[in-house]
Amino acid sequence: MTAERPLLEIRNLTKHFRVGGGLFGGTAGVVRAVDGVSFVIRRGETLGLVGESGCGKTTTGRCILRLERPTSGAILFEGRDLATLNDEELRAVRRRMQVIFQDPYSSLNPRMTVGQIIAEPLAVHRIVSDPAKRGARVRELLGHVGLLPQHARRYPHQLSGGQRQRVGIARALAMEPTLIVCDEPVSALDVSIQAQIINLLEDLQREFGLTYLFVAHDLSVVRHISDRVAVMYLGKIVELADRKALYDEPLHPYTRALLSAVPIPDPELEARREHIVLGGEVPSPLNPPSGCVFHPRCPIAIDRCRAVIPELREVKPGHWAACILA
Amino acid sequence: MGALLEVESLTTEFVTRGGVVRAVDGVSWDVKEGETVALVGESGCGKSVSALSVMRLVAGPEGRIVAGRVVFKGRDLLALSDEEMRRIRGREITMIFQEPMTSLNPVLSIGRQLTEGLEIHLAMTPRAARRRAAELLTTVGIPDPERRLAQYPHQFSGGMRQRMMIAMALACDPSLILADEPTTALDVTIQAQILELMKDLSRRLGVAMLIITHNLGVVARYADRVNVMYAGRIVERGTARELYANPRHPYTLGLLRSVPRLDEPRRARLDPIEGQPPDLTRRGAGCAFAPRCAFSVERCARERPGLVPVGAGGHVSACWEATRLGRAPAMR
Repeated sequence: MTAERPLLEIRNLTKHFRVGGGLFGGTAGVVRAVDGVSFVIRRGETLGLVGESGCGKTTTGRCILRLERPTSGAILFEGRDLATLNDEELRAVRRRMQVIFQDPYSSLNPRMTVGQIIAEPLAVHRIVSDPAKRGARVRELLGHVGLLPQHARRYPHQLSGGQRQRVGIARALAMEPTLIVCDEPVSALDVSIQAQIINLLEDLQREFGLTYLFVAHDLSVVRHISDRVAVMYLGKIVELADRKALYDEPLHPYTRALLSAVPIPDPELEARREHIVLGGEVPSPLNPPSGCVFHPRCPIAIDRCRAVIPELREVKPGHWAACILA
Repeated sequence: MGALLEVESLTTEFVTRGGVVRAVDGVSWDVKEGETVALVGESGCGKSVSALSVMRLVAGPEGRIVAGRVVFKGRDLLALSDEEMRRIRGREITMIFQEPMTSLNPVLSIGRQLTEGLEIHLAMTPRAARRRAAELLTTVGIPDPERRLAQYPHQFSGGMRQRMMIAMALACDPSLILADEPTTALDVTIQAQILELMKDLSRRLGVAMLIITHNLGVVARYADRVNVMYAGRIVERGTARELYANPRHPYTLGLLRSVPRLDEPRRARLDPIEGQPPDLTRRGAGCAFAPRCAFSVERCARERPGLVPVGAGGHVSACWEATRLGRAPAMR
């Protein structure tokens, strides 16, 4: 790890949700959506966070953005614990952490024009107070995301999915953020458009020195865009490493299964490739398995995996895995 | 083996506020017995509407099939009476949808949803139907079938519901299953399970399958032949091996190049298909892909290319520049 202070540091983050359904409206149980997650994001890098639905990747992103209040643990932005900030300080920090959502359609107000959508945060946060200058800034932002000035007068429904995602990106950029949490930013888009948006995100990162937390389930896309990758399963990080190490020499059996499950667009390769098909399904986070949470589906589990909770440990320099057999 | 299903010049239109949209524009394709064929394309290309047209499930009055024939086992389905069509739909041709939760009835037990078709189509007694339903659950890998039959869809996970959909599709021993994005809503590890199951069943039971998907990896893993659709038309067709190794339509080539691949070294930059998907209410005279095409020549804007042979195994492409494309560097 470099001596430089990371932009963001997550320490032992936990987020539990109480679920109802018990008799007399009591609590039926606690869902451990995020269960003791720690990682850092370095300035200017892209950290990919992958896993299947319900693994806690989105909740982790939402805790960082303070859209969820963590149950415990600390989130440090530039070394300052978000929980210790007063409202005004928090507002200032939040401005610098923006989000791009999966579905640009449901995250854009259908009654506002594109210009109004992008101008609103500029006015609310008094980034550009002069309305005339605001129009110029909106046009500039549209240009950054590959849209034309005339798009400012359109409504979201008049745009294609890819164009709407560009508007979502422009709105995030308007705040001049340092960190952008990209939550499945391309998974709702057509294949031919996904590459356009990924290239755009990479260009913007270079141009504005942005740092990304890239939350996604598509392992091929995550490999392309990330510098380092964390794999989550049932609320925990099971593996964390540099992109190359994680994809070339995965240490955790879950990572290996995930990589093997991704179909490759080449019939000849697919015909001779060996597929690790995991049995069973992801267990309920209401009642996670004992020991290693992956053991019921793990092809190499031994007796001890049922009893021992594996620590995320540094198996090789910079390559962490939570498996006693790694 | 002969053609089980032959779709000829099928044309399906929808009346919208923006004008008449020709969602499927005179397409022809076929599925042979026991074969798995893919319809690949992006949203709005007409792949789902093609399948719904085969089943005569296009929602009227906005949508209607305006031309073409759908010949199944020698009979044109479009000429059948509603009653005759009902005997084919759900029995000889069945469907699997992307979202199992919206296609299953939430207030009927799993057992009832399986036995209903068996009692109606095959005139089974309730007892026999129940026995067959339990067998079907076992076939699709749902353990403890007796207990599961009494449960309701909400008690099943996403993967289990999709297995249940497959069981329903298999119930009456169909000869053709139309699977519309059957694994898109599922996680990768569950997707892998369902794909293995479908592949195994099609082999074991000899049932033909039409798989509709946008996922080129899924197609590569288990289709024999592939039809690539763009803007309501088939732009390229071939055996999966031939089409992936030697794509001869710029759209197919673009799709294959735009996705990052785990088996290849990471590229510094992706090669997207530039531009936006086509507006089907404003269709020009030329090739619908021309405005986004890196290979387009002047003729492409004026004249629409038809499918012409470009390679072995029935490989066809609808591109004026298909020959030039054959000399373009392959995908890697």
